[in-house]
Amino acid sequence: MITKEEVQHIAKLARLDLSEQEIKKYQEQLGNILNYVEKLQEVNTDGIETSDGGTRDLENVWGLDEGTDNDYKGLIGMAPDSYSSQVKVKKVL
Amino acid sequence: MIKELNQKLINKKISAKELAEQYLDRIKEKDSELNTYITVTEKQALEQAKYIDKHISENKEISILSGIPASIKDVIMTEDIQTTAGSKILEKYIAPYNATLVNKLKEQGLVMLGKNNCDEFAMGGSGENSGFGPTKNPHDLNRVPGGSSSGSAAAVAADMAVYAIGTDTGGSVRQPAAFCGVVGFKPTYGAISRYGLIAMASSLDQAGIITKTVEDAEIVFNNIKGKDKLDSTSIDLKDGNISDVKDLKGIKIGIPKEYFIDGLDKEIESSVKDTIKKAEELGAEIIDVSLPNTEYALAVYYIIMPSEASANLARFDGIRYGQKQDAEKLFDVYAKSRAKYLGDEVKRRIMLGTYALSAGYYDAYYKKAQQVRTLIKQDFNKVFDQVDILITPTTPTPAFKLGEKIDDPLTMYLEDIFTVPVNVAGLPAISIPCGKTKDNLPIGAQIIGKWSSEAKIFSIAKNLENVLKYTNS
Repeated sequence: MITKEEVQHIAKLARLDLSEQEIKKYQEQLGNILNYVEKLQEVNTDGIETSDGGTRDLENVWGLDEGTDNDYKGLIGMAPDSYSSQVKVKKVL
Repeated sequence: MIKELNQKLINKKISAKELAEQYLDRIKEKDSELNTYITVTEKQALEQAKYIDKHISENKEISILSGIPASIKDVIMTEDIQTTAGSKILEKYIAPYNATLVNKLKEQGLVMLGKNNCDEFAMGGSGENSGFGPTKNPHDLNRVPGGSSSGSAAAVAADMAVYAIGTDTGGSVRQPAAFCGVVGFKPTYGAISRYGLIAMASSLDQAGIITKTVEDAEIVFNNIKGKDKLDSTSIDLKDGNISDVKDLKGIKIGIPKEYFIDGLDKEIESSVKDTIKKAEELGAEIIDVSLPNTEYALAVYYIIMPSEASANLARFDGIRYGQKQDAEKLFDVYAKSRAKYLGDEVKRRIMLGTYALSAGYYDAYYKKAQQVRTLIKQDFNKVFDQVDILITPTTPTPAFKLGEKIDDPLTMYLEDIFTVPVNVAGLPAISIPCGKTKDNLPIGAQIIGKWSSEAKIFSIAKNLENVLKYTNS
């Protein structure tokens, strides 16, 4: 089970401004889903390595850190708020 | 179908423009009812067709996919064209570049009809989670087409595209293909570049193909596969991906008992068992096998997928893309933009993933799931020492009614039970139509192969398709 306070805390971490109603709904639904995935605890995984990533053989891929000719103005232009060649944000500090 | 159309184009029986117009007319006629497209790119399609017609009139060689009208799921980036991922947060977002697979298709003469509707950020199994309204199943307008590649499967089924490119993170190509009576193919993880796919769960996401015939899926796949330097997880298939399978004589087909369980629809069970019998009549050897960790695959999936999705979707915060809700403080800009423009299922998965990754829970959830994932892969590896392929049902039920499961997420998730193990293990699989229920709803059979066994899967699926005769109907 998951408490209302936990749901509120998770919503804050996830940057979601949820309504009272949504918090109530997610408390119940997340509880049900977490209850379902709990069955994994039955599995003995002692000494089993984790599968990280979807590839069959993980190998490191090296590459030069170089730019591409992507049109950055096009990218910046898709921001809801921009100024010159920069994305505009509220002050952080 | 693609080969025939290609011949007709070369022999000038039809022009690329006429072919595109046929499909565009059908979209105009039917799509107000079915809602398979978010954006129709009529002008671009006709321009592309005109360019191909010019080539043909000059007797220049054209490639097999030249002038074949196709559609692309709206989670895939298409330069200068609106790309929404089915989400209101990306409404009016114009993609600044093409996905690698789109560039590859363009080099082959793509005529793109438009962008298909889908569950928001590819999250859902019914098409009902789209921010742009649900898609309807062409076989029964009261039923869902499946998801998340809902519009792609319904468009191919209703002749509004010859082929469609979708994405399959937990069954999102195979399940809607099964519900709509078409072919849905998901390759080995990494076989098609993910560059330009709006990410959901990066270790599970893979582009897939929806067509009317197995041969068409193979043709499209061979034109978009391969390693891409812009996606470091992409691969070239091993062993040249050549199949020596001509017919089913001596082919060993495994039937995993964990896929024929209580809760499996009786009509689906009998239809898939008939398919297996037909394979046996064609000379295949049928072997009962077991994948003991199958029952844990869905739980593994519903930890790994939301965890990765919660991280991937952090970028949609009202700052860099799409829609923004203004507020005094930066934190509130993030939280209010996301709250206003993201849909219910997306928020649910972000919450679930954030919880699973939060301090104190990581080991119990994400790490545990990644360990069980290893066991699931090992199960498949062991079985593929014994058999060439596996045959299972694609879905536990046929297409369900619109609205039937939308308020019960866990019941909706259980629809993915036979498709997610394939993504968890990164394997290739195809769903082919194998029958219909008494209510005339399509049924899909799933063929699963080991890593890089695409060519073998296509050969076996074509043999079965010939005797089943449910495709292309």
